[in-house]
Amino acid sequence: MEGTNKKSRLAMPEQEPKVRAKNFEEVPLGYTPEMAIAEASRCLQCKNPLCVQGCPVGVDIPAFIRHIADGKFDLAIGKIWERNSLPAVCGRVCPQEIQCEGNCILGRKGEAVAIGNLERFAADWERAHHVCELPSREKATGKKVAVVGSGPSGLTVAGDLILKGHEVTIFEAFHKPGGVLVYGIPEFRLPKDIVASEVSCLQAQGVKIECDVVVGRTETVDELFELGFDAVYLGVGAGLPRFMNIPGENLVGVLSANEYLTRANLMKAYLFPKVDTPIPQGRHVVVLGAGNVAMDSARTAMRLGAEKVSIVYRRSRAEMPARSAEIHHAEEEGLNFELLSNPVRYLGDEKGRLTGIECVRMELGEPDSSGRRRPVTVPGSEFVIECDLAIVAIGSGANPLLTRSTPDLPLGKSGYILANPDTGKTGKKAVWAGGDIVTGAATVILAMGAGRKAADSIHEYLTWGW
Amino acid sequence: MFKIVKREEMAGGTVILNEIDAPRIAAKARPGQFLILKANEDGERIPLTMAETDPVKGTVTVIYMVVGKSTELFSRLQVGDAFQNVIGPLGQPTHIEAGKNVVCVGGGTGVAVLHPIARGMKDAGCKVTSIIGARNKDLLILEDKMRLASHDLHVCTDDGSHGRKGFVTEVLRELLEQGGIDQVVAIGPVPMMKFVSLLTKEFGVPTLVSLNPIMIDGTGMCGGCRVSVGGETKFGCVDGPEFDGHKVDFDELILRLQAYTEQEKLSRHLCKCEGER
Repeated sequence: MEGTNKKSRLAMPEQEPKVRAKNFEEVPLGYTPEMAIAEASRCLQCKNPLCVQGCPVGVDIPAFIRHIADGKFDLAIGKIWERNSLPAVCGRVCPQEIQCEGNCILGRKGEAVAIGNLERFAADWERAHHVCELPSREKATGKKVAVVGSGPSGLTVAGDLILKGHEVTIFEAFHKPGGVLVYGIPEFRLPKDIVASEVSCLQAQGVKIECDVVVGRTETVDELFELGFDAVYLGVGAGLPRFMNIPGENLVGVLSANEYLTRANLMKAYLFPKVDTPIPQGRHVVVLGAGNVAMDSARTAMRLGAEKVSIVYRRSRAEMPARSAEIHHAEEEGLNFELLSNPVRYLGDEKGRLTGIECVRMELGEPDSSGRRRPVTVPGSEFVIECDLAIVAIGSGANPLLTRSTPDLPLGKSGYILANPDTGKTGKKAVWAGGDIVTGAATVILAMGAGRKAADSIHEYLTWGW
Repeated sequence: MFKIVKREEMAGGTVILNEIDAPRIAAKARPGQFLILKANEDGERIPLTMAETDPVKGTVTVIYMVVGKSTELFSRLQVGDAFQNVIGPLGQPTHIEAGKNVVCVGGGTGVAVLHPIARGMKDAGCKVTSIIGARNKDLLILEDKMRLASHDLHVCTDDGSHGRKGFVTEVLRELLEQGGIDQVVAIGPVPMMKFVSLLTKEFGVPTLVSLNPIMIDGTGMCGGCRVSVGGETKFGCVDGPEFDGHKVDFDELILRLQAYTEQEKLSRHLCKCEGER
């Protein structure tokens, strides 16, 4: 095939930037079987595969890639499923460049094998053909596990424990399962029917899902035990939006990224007025922050018809925490960057609506505790960015709703749940926790990795005791 | 799905009562807490404070005015129909202290939310004087229930068509001037709560108000329901819905409640066209 050699990887076809910046369809279009085979053939099949070490859930990467290279796609997906119950999701949203692909030997001299693209191909192929059999369940144990939160870590725990023969019920506060996969990550990056299909796959295996249950309000953790559950896993996510805490933040037109993305993704407000939830339509949109959530917000704003969308970030480009693919995609679509700029106050009109943000210029000083150079204010450098919508995407904190209703659950300084990193065990008997409510905002795959460890530990507890 | 077991029209059909089958929520709910309701797949998540709960029957009751597309859709649901989603109980329950001399002030559909609080206070041994008001006689709701929940009830209408002619604040001022009031609870349209709070501040009487800002999840996740209380930003959904009326920035709240006015008009208009078809 044209353009394939050991050195350079086969790029996945994508929607044209100009076209896709106006729609909510997925940006990458996927490999054809021929492309997948060609890319898979680049893999060196290392004896000691470093890629696997880079995978938080330990997928046997060379094995599934070899199956693809052989054209045995059903075996490929079966191999992935042994370790990863959400491959269609991970193939799309994992930061492969710092995990599996970052370790690939080919990457030292040329380009790494496109492991994420291949994982995605295998999962999509299976979704279209339904030939691979789901892993079989072990004999019923009669033990009941409650999983709180249906995001990536909760789904992983549920998927693992149902196979071990336990009864699993997931409680979700929203009206739809999927957690951050449905409310946070936009349709153009992770189509919602993919999440729905991964979730229904779990349901087909016997996992029960109860939506509209806010644990901490509708039921408490202790009440879950009273209801007959033997173990509880808390995978509720971080779930508390951070704001800048600068004047004018409550003007109409200043939203948390959580709110903006939840309106767009979970509530499908981009289809308003066909659906009932509205979303603010900014002409000039400013996104504060430069992580993946900021990129998602910015790209959503473009698709909703903004004339100009700018990222305001107090450090420089090199420190931007978003996945490089997201930054690249956003830039192709026409995103502006106001780097080394820090907002000091929001400006509004007499109707209480946002009209602009006053910022100051920053310069990079000495490295701070994170090893990144600390941004320092340039005196007298105030300037105003005119805008009618500002989306605050500067991270999340720990939502206290569940933890406050569970007084005997030990917490760390910032309100995150303390859990053993190897087992997910918390300081409360028969309660495990993992994902962002333990680590603070991180990635889908790390949450899944935590879920995998907790599932092993829960299984051990249900078999042998605490 | 959450079935409607009872439906009533009040105030000439502009206000609707829905009693909804939701045993899990009914078992937990306490006065002052709220629900989030969604009618159907494409519906909006709408927060409404509960008017009644019946843990034995397993039902919760909401009373709302039909003001936009979502409440219009709610109002079309009949007995036997269901809300697709009902989430709760959300927010902090009312803090009720026994043996206080309390004045409960309600306006419009706020009376529905005030009623369980007044009753709860009366049950706790408080002396409850209530003042309820509406624009006119037809819009006044729950007068009989409020009479039962109070030791003394004052009724006002703006046009004098029932009870005393004038605003609830006029009656309240007279009561405050007589003195001896420990606490005021005011629930109703934001301007009413604002003027009640300004009045009670003059007299130094602590005042509780119940707010209903725009929100999505109701669990502190979106931050859409930000209200300024004493110069601090609070989330209506988890810190509220009740706040110290002397500290709430009502003017900011009024502006924030208008954030989607244009979209709401469009949505309502399209909904009406659909209804006529």
